[in-house]
Amino acid sequence: MGSNYDDNVSFTDYTLGQEQLERIEHILTEDLIKSGVHSALLIDMAGNIIAKCDNGNCEHDLYSLAALASANFAAVDTMAKIVGEEEFSLLFHKGESESIHFSKVNIEFLLITIFGKEVSLGLLRLKVAEAVEKINNVW
Amino acid sequence: MAFVNMKNKEVQAKIVYYGPGRGGKTTNLEYIYSKFRERIKSDMVSIKTHGDRTLFFDFLPFDIGKIMGYDVKIQLYTVPGQVKYDATRRLVLKGVDGMVFVADSQIEQRKKNILSLKNLQENLASYKKSIFKVPLVLQYNKRDLEKGGVSLLPMETLEKDLNSQLKVPSFPASAVTGENVVPTMKKIISLTMTSLQNVMK
Repeated sequence: MGSNYDDNVSFTDYTLGQEQLERIEHILTEDLIKSGVHSALLIDMAGNIIAKCDNGNCEHDLYSLAALASANFAAVDTMAKIVGEEEFSLLFHKGESESIHFSKVNIEFLLITIFGKEVSLGLLRLKVAEAVEKINNVW
Repeated sequence: MAFVNMKNKEVQAKIVYYGPGRGGKTTNLEYIYSKFRERIKSDMVSIKTHGDRTLFFDFLPFDIGKIMGYDVKIQLYTVPGQVKYDATRRLVLKGVDGMVFVADSQIEQRKKNILSLKNLQENLASYKKSIFKVPLVLQYNKRDLEKGGVSLLPMETLEKDLNSQLKVPSFPASAVTGENVVPTMKKIISLTMTSLQNVMK
């Protein structure tokens, strides 16, 4: 095998220390949970949960959700490429009482928020955009 | 690309079951799910077509307890085996830490096994990973059919076709009866954890 291959097959492409994780969790709590979001998840594109915060009343199966969310995002991203778009900027699923919003943080991470009717989509997008910027500053 | 959470002392590793269509990847996961029902807290997720074929993937999270002080969560995935679903197969392989290749032992599936293994190699290469470097276990499935009078590819042929260069651990198995399903899984978990050890130190 030539040098085209990455030998560090099992290392993460990113490293996050305890302090960085605490800062991320702080951002999720302060910017999102305190704005009325039920649950906020930072996941990587392989479907691993990096950080999670909720309002204490969330009993969803977050590991399955993360796996599906990363797959869903990747599928939609591939669809965008097929129709000649760089990406679809708004990824949002609306439900009767719970809705899900996806936001790309960077090439490696995705921010998933689950929220109810009491939070407007506009406010949520604003808060998510702020949180994404802050998370990107953690590195 | 397992995720090691130093704060919560938690490791999440992704193991993908790969192989030709109708080879028994989903059945492997279903057997594991039924066998370890009390230890698996969430439901198995399957995205399938009306015809019960895997459309995107199956997903089974599995806590295996503590290793070196870390809580280890293994995420078992399958890929859709059908040739036309190559794009989704590639998506599922993203960030893979260990793989089980489930080959179909039936004589008429010989070519499909070889093509699927080659496809795995190509898809890994798209992530700049080498099939020779990622932990891998081969499983020669459907050995139970022999008892029903179906003639199968001899183990030596399967080894020669699929494992002559890779030289990885391999198991004759039957996902339907559960024979060697758990040993296959234990082997890939142990290989994967060994490869992750230097990260967890």
